Amino acid sequence: MATLMTQTTNGNSLLELQQVTRYYGKGAKRFMAVRGVDLRIQPGEFVCLLGPSGCGKSTLLRVITGLNPTSEGQILYKGQLVTGVNPHATIVFQTFALYPWLTVQQNVEVALKARGVPEAERRKKADQLLDKVGLDGFEGAYPRELSGGMRQKCGFARAMAVEPELLCLDEPFSALDVLSAEALRGELLELWLSKSIPTQAILMVTHNIEEAVLLADRVVVMGKDPGHVIADVPVTLHHPRQRKDTAFQALVDKVYALVAGRTAPEAVTLGAAPGSGQAAKLPAATINRLAGLVEKVNEEGGQHALYRLTEDLRLELDDVLPIVEAAEVMGFATVDQGDIKLTGLGQAFADASIIARKEILAGRVLRLPTIRWIYETLQKDDNQRIAEDYFIDQLQNDFGEYARDQLDTAVDWARYAELFAYDERSGELFLDEDESAK
Amino acid sequence: MRRRFERAFNLSLPAFGIGDVVIALLLIALLYLGTRLAINAPQSVTGPDISLAPTALPWYAFLSTGRMAIAYLLSLLFTLVYGYAAARNRTARLFMLPLLDVLQSVPILSFLPIVLLSLTAILPQRFATELAAVILIVTSQAWNMTYSFYQSMTTIPTELREASSIFRFNPWLRFKTLELPFAAIGLIWNSMMSWAGGWFFLMASEIFTVGDRDFRLPGLGSYLQTAANQNNIPAILMGLGTLIVVIVLLDQLVWRPILVYADKYKVEMASGETAPESWFYDLLSHSVVAQTFSRRVWQPLTEKIDRALGRLFKASTPEQTGVIAEGRPSIAGIVIGLVLLAGLAYAALQALSLLITLPLSDYGRILQGVLATLLRVVISLAIAVMWTIPVGVLIGSNRRAADVLQPIIQVVASIPATALFPVIVLALISVTGSLNVPAIILMLLGTQWYVLFNVIAGTSAIPQDLRYTTALLQVKGWARWRTLILPALFPYLITGMITAGGGAWNASIVAEYIKFGGETYAATGVGALIAEATARGNFPLLLASTLALILTVVTINRTLWRRLYKIAEDRFKME
Repeated sequence: MATLMTQTTNGNSLLELQQVTRYYGKGAKRFMAVRGVDLRIQPGEFVCLLGPSGCGKSTLLRVITGLNPTSEGQILYKGQLVTGVNPHATIVFQTFALYPWLTVQQNVEVALKARGVPEAERRKKADQLLDKVGLDGFEGAYPRELSGGMRQKCGFARAMAVEPELLCLDEPFSALDVLSAEALRGELLELWLSKSIPTQAILMVTHNIEEAVLLADRVVVMGKDPGHVIADVPVTLHHPRQRKDTAFQALVDKVYALVAGRTAPEAVTLGAAPGSGQAAKLPAATINRLAGLVEKVNEEGGQHALYRLTEDLRLELDDVLPIVEAAEVMGFATVDQGDIKLTGLGQAFADASIIARKEILAGRVLRLPTIRWIYETLQKDDNQRIAEDYFIDQLQNDFGEYARDQLDTAVDWARYAELFAYDERSGELFLDEDESAK
Repeated sequence: MRRRFERAFNLSLPAFGIGDVVIALLLIALLYLGTRLAINAPQSVTGPDISLAPTALPWYAFLSTGRMAIAYLLSLLFTLVYGYAAARNRTARLFMLPLLDVLQSVPILSFLPIVLLSLTAILPQRFATELAAVILIVTSQAWNMTYSFYQSMTTIPTELREASSIFRFNPWLRFKTLELPFAAIGLIWNSMMSWAGGWFFLMASEIFTVGDRDFRLPGLGSYLQTAANQNNIPAILMGLGTLIVVIVLLDQLVWRPILVYADKYKVEMASGETAPESWFYDLLSHSVVAQTFSRRVWQPLTEKIDRALGRLFKASTPEQTGVIAEGRPSIAGIVIGLVLLAGLAYAALQALSLLITLPLSDYGRILQGVLATLLRVVISLAIAVMWTIPVGVLIGSNRRAADVLQPIIQVVASIPATALFPVIVLALISVTGSLNVPAIILMLLGTQWYVLFNVIAGTSAIPQDLRYTTALLQVKGWARWRTLILPALFPYLITGMITAGGGAWNASIVAEYIKFGGETYAATGVGALIAEATARGNFPLLLASTLALILTVVTINRTLWRRLYKIAEDRFKME
């Protein structure tokens, strides 16, 4: 009965996703971007899709608007199956996607031209919209003459020109400086709350937790490998929301805990050797950044709230999460309830000298199945040198298109620990001589 | 001066593939068909009478420019159609890209004899020679333009593409608003390069004569040749002067303004580099007539065209809006492909049966010729590198030297080498008696500029910080060359030498065999063999030597140059 209900929507939802899955490629190299996503958006809602990079949130946005087809599952818009680009939806892009050779005015007009609006009407409407977003006086300017904030205003004006019912925003503020982003958020919220645009719902993709809590009525938290929905958090705070508010901060902390998760038992974190089908991805973090993070947490007394950490380090969530993961994998720290806490080993590492750090790392890094597998494969080779292509080939079975990145990370870590290194001229990995002599 | 002077080369392809086999078959088949037609070519062809009167010069200049213009427009048309198809259709791309790769490395001039002979066999002589000239120029211009356009089409930022899909642009609007503007700058630079290169082939085809077959065309090239034949120094000077004036005028009145207009199509959002300037463009854009025309006629017209074409091409389907369509070959496509392949294989077999009629001694001559020409190419490249590195580094690192030398070099370099051939031969043949050495100088003339411009560009691209560091570290003399200048130049040098090498092979056809003052001079070389075979009507020899030349050049490109280019990209790139 319940399944029947979801298939025949009651018509209330503006948008409904049913078990939407999207993958690229086929066979062994098939890469799963998002899997089994269910989502509903009602008219009048402002929803944020939030998650770390690689969680497929941007892919999901493109599937929702019909830019990319679904691989499995379906999307209903007002109860109708979406096939092809949804004419009632539009996107505001992270990089603005303005045509550099068109003026501000032309950039807005071209969206109307595509819909066959006559010239005079086009001009009038573009003028009105540019007034509304505060770009009057800049009609004749080219995008390259504008600041990032103004370019994005033009992006908003262009999107609103086609009077979309569903306005999709793909990290619209993340390419802007802090102040411009803040100003533009306020303006967007004002347009939305005052109902001066005919938009029925907004769906925004972001990796900025504060931004999501500041703007949205609902925050949909996504996880990665492959992308899936972890939680759906309603935000009931009244506008205007205050960042310093305790309720606000509590909510940010809660979402942080959801995004960062909780350090899993060692067997799960480490995974198994490549080829077993249970290999775990090495987080894309360099040893230098890992050391920086451990030192920072150590300075804070060995424990720190993650959201404070991103604020203090002026880093985005996307930058911090892989480093935190690396710390977990090494056994330097654990994460729970949105807090990061150094282990005894982590504290020792933070206080150690450069030489001592190398020794600690050498021991820790060899525990990682992927690195151990590379190390042992090299040891077995007569010349202790093997072409990188061999490893990439093998890693591809587990990591698909990320095989190359995985190898790069493995080499970075192993180099620091003086286990093995990479010879750029020959494209080979080789065992570090001193280490093998030991 | 940062831009590398390169034709858009496509050296990243895998070494050899199935596409190459088909392409080899295609080339052999085409050459064979040409040769078959050529067997019926008239024994003697009479050329035009060339007047050396100064009053005839404007007419000749007009004829030469007209041929260039027609050929360029055809090249542009080809570029847009072929490039678009290759970018949009995945199956077609499998063959279209390797084909481009071979075509752009084939010495185009080697086709000239076969094209001329086969066309005169089936068409009125005058028309055939005109057509052959245009075909030759197109084959010299189209490939790099096409490749540049294809490259642009496939590197359009995803979000710009997505924006045109989400706003539901029809294919025409997408082409006009996104694809063509994005490709514009690359296309214009390559057009200018192709245009300059086109003069070389135009002059070559205007003066082409073998045995009793006089394929000359009335134009600036034949004017210069006639003047040199008659030892008429004033006429030579006038002819050269006219040629330079035409080239400079076209640059100032056509290419510069287009370049300035296209500056707005730059994609980089920041305004860093200095924008190109053109007095003629400024003049036009401030003229009331031009402005009124633009507002009253041009804008309403484009509006109408947009609407009509928009209706013609309906809004795109979702499959087409993806980054690149993932087409699967249809059954009909496979059948057509197989039939074509069978036809090609048949023609190739026929070509083979023609080739085995050639005596073994002739194959020995071909091998000897290829080696002799190879030696010439190597020597001319070596000379070019030896003088251009010091001069180029001087110009590239010294503002004052650049200010003085740059304009002079640009004018001298703009003279197509083939226009100078008759003049050089006039000067050298009496000294050396044979063409063996002058041919090297003729090759050098056409090729050294590519190397020079690349050395200049490479030198001025060395970051100032690196220069300072080298100075601070007291690295001087030879050590400075070895640690800073030569490694920084390497990618540029390779690019220049690839282009120059291609040019030198091309030049061999016209440089190794020259009819001058009633006498025929031939050097030992494959170019001379091709010309000789054309003169005698020895078709198996013509086919065999043309194929040998093509095979040699393609092999050198695929092995030596590709490897060096990869090393340059991997190890010596600055970014």
